Amino acid sequence: MIPTGSIPQAVIAPELSWIGLALLLPLLAAVGCALCCALRVKGKAAAILTIVALAASFGIILKAYSSYTGPVQVPIFQWLTFQWGTGTFQSFTANCALYIDTLTLYWMLFVTGLGTLITIYASEYMEGECGAGYSRFFFGICIFLFSMGALVMGDNLIMLYLGWEGVGLASYLLIGYDYSRPSAVAAAKKAFIMNRIGDLGLAFGIFMLWANYGTVQYSELFAAMNKGGQSSVDWDVSVIPFLLMLGAFGKSAQIPLFTWLPDAMEGPTPVSALIHAATMVTAGVYLIARMYPFFELHPQALATVAWVGGLTALLAATIGMAQYDIKRVFAYSTISQLGYMFLGLGVGTTFGACYHTLTHAFFKALLFLTAGAIMHGFAGQLDLRKLSGLRHIPGWRIVSWTMLVGCLWLSAFPYTAAFFSKDAILLQALTSVRADFRFLGWLGLFTAALTAYYTFRVWFRVCAGPTHFEPGSEEHHEPTDHHSDGGHDAKATVGAAKSHGAFHPHAPRWAINGVLLILAVGAVVVGVPAYEHVFAHKENWAQQMIAGSSAYQGAGLPGEHSAEPSENHPTVLGMDAHTGLTVVGCTASIGGILIAWYLHLHSRKSADQLRAALLRRWWIRWVPICMENKWYVDEIYHVCFRLPMWLGGQILNFGDRHFLDGVLVDGLAKIPIAVGKVFRPLYGGALQGYAVTMAGGIALVLAWVTWIWLRGFN
Amino acid sequence: MNQELASGFTIAANASIAVALAISALLFVIGLVGFLCRRNMIIMFLCTELMFQGAALAMIAFARLRMDVSGQVFVIFILTVAAAEAALALGLVVLLYRKRETLSADAWSELGES
Repeated sequence: MIPTGSIPQAVIAPELSWIGLALLLPLLAAVGCALCCALRVKGKAAAILTIVALAASFGIILKAYSSYTGPVQVPIFQWLTFQWGTGTFQSFTANCALYIDTLTLYWMLFVTGLGTLITIYASEYMEGECGAGYSRFFFGICIFLFSMGALVMGDNLIMLYLGWEGVGLASYLLIGYDYSRPSAVAAAKKAFIMNRIGDLGLAFGIFMLWANYGTVQYSELFAAMNKGGQSSVDWDVSVIPFLLMLGAFGKSAQIPLFTWLPDAMEGPTPVSALIHAATMVTAGVYLIARMYPFFELHPQALATVAWVGGLTALLAATIGMAQYDIKRVFAYSTISQLGYMFLGLGVGTTFGACYHTLTHAFFKALLFLTAGAIMHGFAGQLDLRKLSGLRHIPGWRIVSWTMLVGCLWLSAFPYTAAFFSKDAILLQALTSVRADFRFLGWLGLFTAALTAYYTFRVWFRVCAGPTHFEPGSEEHHEPTDHHSDGGHDAKATVGAAKSHGAFHPHAPRWAINGVLLILAVGAVVVGVPAYEHVFAHKENWAQQMIAGSSAYQGAGLPGEHSAEPSENHPTVLGMDAHTGLTVVGCTASIGGILIAWYLHLHSRKSADQLRAALLRRWWIRWVPICMENKWYVDEIYHVCFRLPMWLGGQILNFGDRHFLDGVLVDGLAKIPIAVGKVFRPLYGGALQGYAVTMAGGIALVLAWVTWIWLRGFN
Repeated sequence: MNQELASGFTIAANASIAVALAISALLFVIGLVGFLCRRNMIIMFLCTELMFQGAALAMIAFARLRMDVSGQVFVIFILTVAAAEAALALGLVVLLYRKRETLSADAWSELGES
């Protein structure tokens, strides 16, 4: 296969600068959308512009893929160049240039492809906003695609950082799209601020990379690492992967910075699908995969990544089991699946992590879009207790069955694409030489069973069973209405709808259905490389893509080449590792689905009985309570960070108001006021008063002069 | 300078100058007291004229004491200016009277502080 030990050196190829159009087109479309905004265009011009631009940039990436020969560096223009000496650490270069290798192409293919599809979906989904926020929405999408392109294709870490901040901005703008709703504004701020914490780590990581290697360009960094090898173990080098990791954890919603992602579901659903499930949140995976040669030098950093990923997967899955809002279940499943990707990176299979990213992007976008279609049609209803049997309602068949596809994929049903990608990760973990990685592998398998359970809990509740539904609280079948939120408002509207007896779910039309079908097909198609590998013994396409890039080199740990068992023949439950894992994985997935089937379709009462039984027993009641309350992570953060800050703010506020303002500013001002009060009676308005004052004053001056004079006289 | 003034005072034993200074002080004090005690603006204005003449008289007396005519010339200027100023002040008083139909200075007390 690919020889290990050296990273393919990138060739400088200015003639390929047309690939830069993939960045430029979304930017131009953003300008166009901004113009539509400014001119208050009523139609769908912004959507059409965006779709055309994104489709064109997908085409450009496809062309770049088909003409790909080896890693290239494409200079576009000189951006930042400083030189203040002639030594190695006395210049700084960050050009606007592209670094195109298979990892870049792999990422850009699904980013632009899914971006195009989801924009088509959004053009129908957001149509209630035409003339209001429609153009603004697509402006945010264009900014996002531009930034994501810069993040993935940039040739240096400064461009990556530009894109990193840009996607954060787009995410903030789109979560807070409906800025009249306080909860959306709060969620946007939360996402932005939690990402800032991670980004601080990333920024410091980049600073320290420059301070240690004197460059921020990938090709030069990789060359320096190839040369430097294992020798550098200074604290300031070994802290860099942890700083970069912090940035990745913030963007990809891992412990400890994951709480923003479920709240980010306040944004319109296409945004949840595109940004908060399929593409932006995988930027952390991309960062670590891109810098993998560097992480490889620091096994303790990779172990941290693995542990954080494994624990996040479990924690998010347990929370997802107890949520009732469909989008929130999917949000926690996203966090959980991202945890798998980090587990894969940590245990040393970049192929598994990246392949799982690809399959996850398709099935999770599909799941979110079906949830969005339901929300769109049932006036914002997303409570899985209030929707049932959707597949029997005419017009909802496509949604139900494509949702089934998404659920099967998410639960890693045997011989779906996600089954293979998750297997690649778990196999690497279970056959690792490190005992803690093997433990994480078993934890991942347990999480896989939980995943299958909570995924099918949603599907069996919403799509199967007897047909009944309650519409949500929104009037225009839009997630962006001017209701304050929840409670009595919702009840009032439901009551009104019932009294009219006229609520008809508003079935999706061609754009939504079409995109759902394409994504369902796409979810199947991304499994093809794995099928080819398993049944036709060809090399997996995804593995080829990752192996051809710098990310592969990190996979030089023992027990890689996930398909073949390595020399010491690791085993799972006494069987050959591959067979053993297939058996265990199938068991976990099907077992979870069966439990979900029993509790949520066969006898739905038993689910409530089970919950009540758990709550009755004091020694176990904390489990459902903690799961339903998201393990109180938000509350813990509130007590640990927000409360001290709030208290400090109160103290400073008190000091400002009573000392700075009260004593210094107002107190000083009181002196002239008091002096004025003493003399004010002299200027009472009576002319004689003035005269007496004047005469008295002159008399005083005279007396003083006379006194001086007399004293001088003596 | 002090010596010179001191010698001046010894010469000022001259009674006529002392009387002139005393009359000037008397005029000034009568004017001041009148200004402070009366409310009628015309009377108050006349009182200021009295104080003015007291000052002028003192100046003539000192000019005589120093044997210097510039003091007397200065007084002639003062009288000219005072005449002009009297016309102006009386005009003002007439205007103020037209506004309030009274000559009392108290009618205008709200122009002051508080």
